[in-house]
Amino acid sequence: MNFDDTPQEAEFRSLARKWIDANAPKQYEAELSKSSLGRIRLEKEDIVDVGKAWQKKKADGGWACLHWPKEYGGRGASPIEKVIWQQEEGVYGKLTQPFQIGEGMCGPTVMAFGSEEHKRHYLPKLASGEHIWCQLFSEPAGGSDVAGLRTRAEKKGDNWIVNGQKIWTSGAHYSDCGLLITRTDPNVPKHKGLTMFFLDMKSKGVEVRPIKQANGMQEFNEVYFTDVVIPDSQRLGAVGDGWNVSLTTLMNERMSIGSRLATGFPEMFEFCSNLMTDDGLAIDDPATRSKLASWAVKASGLKYTSYRAISSLSKGERPGPENSIGKLVSGSMLQDIATYAMDLQGAAGALTGADEEAARGQFQQMLLSSPSMRIAGGTDEILRNIIAERVLGLPGDIRVDKDVPFSKIPTKGR
Amino acid sequence: MNFDFSDEQKQMRDEARKFLAEKCPPKAVREVLDGKAPYDKELWKGLAEMGFLGITIPEQFGGAGAGHLELCVIAEEMGRANAPVPFSSTVYLAAEALLLAGSEAQKQKWLPKIASGEAIGTLALFEGKGNPSPKTIKLQASGGTLNGVKKPVPDGAIADFAVVAARTGSTVRDSDIALFLVDLKAGGVEAKPLTNIDPTRGQAELTFTNAKAEPLGAAGEGWSILTQVLDRAAVLLAFEQVGGSDRALEMGRDYALDRIAFGRPIGSFQAVKHMLADMYVSATLARSNCYYGAWALSTNAAELPEAAAAARISATQAFQHCSKNNIQVHGGMGFTWEFDCHMYYRRANATALTLGSLSYWEDQLIDRMRKKNAA
Repeated sequence: MNFDDTPQEAEFRSLARKWIDANAPKQYEAELSKSSLGRIRLEKEDIVDVGKAWQKKKADGGWACLHWPKEYGGRGASPIEKVIWQQEEGVYGKLTQPFQIGEGMCGPTVMAFGSEEHKRHYLPKLASGEHIWCQLFSEPAGGSDVAGLRTRAEKKGDNWIVNGQKIWTSGAHYSDCGLLITRTDPNVPKHKGLTMFFLDMKSKGVEVRPIKQANGMQEFNEVYFTDVVIPDSQRLGAVGDGWNVSLTTLMNERMSIGSRLATGFPEMFEFCSNLMTDDGLAIDDPATRSKLASWAVKASGLKYTSYRAISSLSKGERPGPENSIGKLVSGSMLQDIATYAMDLQGAAGALTGADEEAARGQFQQMLLSSPSMRIAGGTDEILRNIIAERVLGLPGDIRVDKDVPFSKIPTKGR
Repeated sequence: MNFDFSDEQKQMRDEARKFLAEKCPPKAVREVLDGKAPYDKELWKGLAEMGFLGITIPEQFGGAGAGHLELCVIAEEMGRANAPVPFSSTVYLAAEALLLAGSEAQKQKWLPKIASGEAIGTLALFEGKGNPSPKTIKLQASGGTLNGVKKPVPDGAIADFAVVAARTGSTVRDSDIALFLVDLKAGGVEAKPLTNIDPTRGQAELTFTNAKAEPLGAAGEGWSILTQVLDRAAVLLAFEQVGGSDRALEMGRDYALDRIAFGRPIGSFQAVKHMLADMYVSATLARSNCYYGAWALSTNAAELPEAAAAARISATQAFQHCSKNNIQVHGGMGFTWEFDCHMYYRRANATALTLGSLSYWEDQLIDRMRKKNAA
């Protein structure tokens, strides 16, 4: 048992470190280090512009989309090399946020189901940051139940005509391309009538509207489709096989090992170590210590769980299912920590001004943003289902709509 | 990075699991539970023959001379099997104290007997309510004899010798506490078994009356040695707790698959599924914290105090959580004596207290993290 690199890993790490040291946009280092929670912002620049420049530089140096094949703009690196790169890229990895959906989900789907011509055209552009991709799956009527989606695609000659609405689409407002799942046959059970496409987000009839979120920010969008024309050549997988194609996409979403999820614990520990209350330092209070200790072991438990997965990768094995607990644990932890940090401040805990010295508004922001952590990318409840069914082998829920033609499924509860 | 046990260590775990499945089925645990024996003597003998009692004892003292990682994988299996033997008190506490602080002669006297299963050892620390602290120790040492009362002492009624924490001065300073080695069969010590929530692991009251004792470790270092012993035992016991958590989770999962209600397996109801998923989460967090503890223990790393506390807290929480919800998944049947669920519930809650309670270790963790941050 040890935490050491193998000789090959050490060599790769030193190569990556040297390149990053020589090329990283160091002028943003301090700013990026500070933004550990919530939205990443730069004071004077647009994060997407800075991100695109960094991505381009990486692609030119052969450090973009590392685990992709070289002919599609990647490096052909092993999974453990990708993890090492992420560790070394450190805070600059935050600049890659706009490309993560493309690299992690859309790209792999195109790679698995696209034509060779499309792969050679689109994937290198995605890898170099020239194109940003978004994923158009969720709908108002299909969140956790993605297969309940209603966006229609109808065949007309060599094209498909798309009408409908998507929601929660991160980055749609700056995306060039989108991965789109549609219903092509409403008269068969819901999982069977779906078809996957990709499209140019500048197509006529695509309208992106930002959603104002509960925390006051705007990170997600609604995307409306009105008679949008998509050539049949941009279909991914067979007609009616969209559900299986989407599983490839989502499987890649859950493979993001090594990307550390924020728990709020380091911030909370520092906060409690310095907060003076009427009874002395917050960290000397037994009730606070007990809570801190419980959060500490959750944070360290997640850290060492990811180390176990990295060790599997290092040995060339597939990581076990342990990593599925990450978001489930960290999401509610952020919420609990924010609530307690504010509790410690009494009535002043409600104040959010940046000049509030005690916490500089960070826990208040965490409180307001944390509900989304427990919903986006699989709700806590869906994640528990996944653990119960795929890890523990418990039976799936009884699905009353499974064999019913989609058009006959009720749309209202009452 | 190789943050995992080696293939040889995993093989050892498999052997231990096989051995315990055969020699320590729930039926055997129940013999002790029902008071028919104070511990499973046959199993104890078998563990000695397998070499499990002397894993970390050097070969010159009759042990296998292996490392703590090997002991961790055995500990996990002992917890999984709910083994009704004085393994933790003898191996994690008494043997560790001897290895850390024993003189050559003391090691020579006791370690071979531990490895061969001839001697059961324990640590006599507590004196009634309270967590480990020099303040709580009143038992007096003077002129090579001890006078006072210790309770609860794990396996105190069946132990042959004990490491005893005693007072040599009158202040609350650490240096006024020293450790002594006492042959419990040599007279001067009266042992009275105490009833406790987990009858498969005995507890006792030991009364020392002019009991002969020899110092263990240098004068003035008693508390420091004791702290190290507790940290080491915390990691090892945490592995037992992780083994118990996994077993409780498996029992719940298996029952949820078998039991039909409302025309379907109860494991298809989300209320049940989610309970089991949460058990998996806490068991996984505990396992990962324990691996870190195992690394720190096996390399004697500076991180050991913090890692041990984290492993202990996480594993205590997981075992309590899993054993409690295992009963819940079983419904009414889980509350019967006949089903095994309560044996794990008892063990989980008794183990949670043996080295100092959860709140004690929470306190320790925060202190140790602050110390590290200050450094």
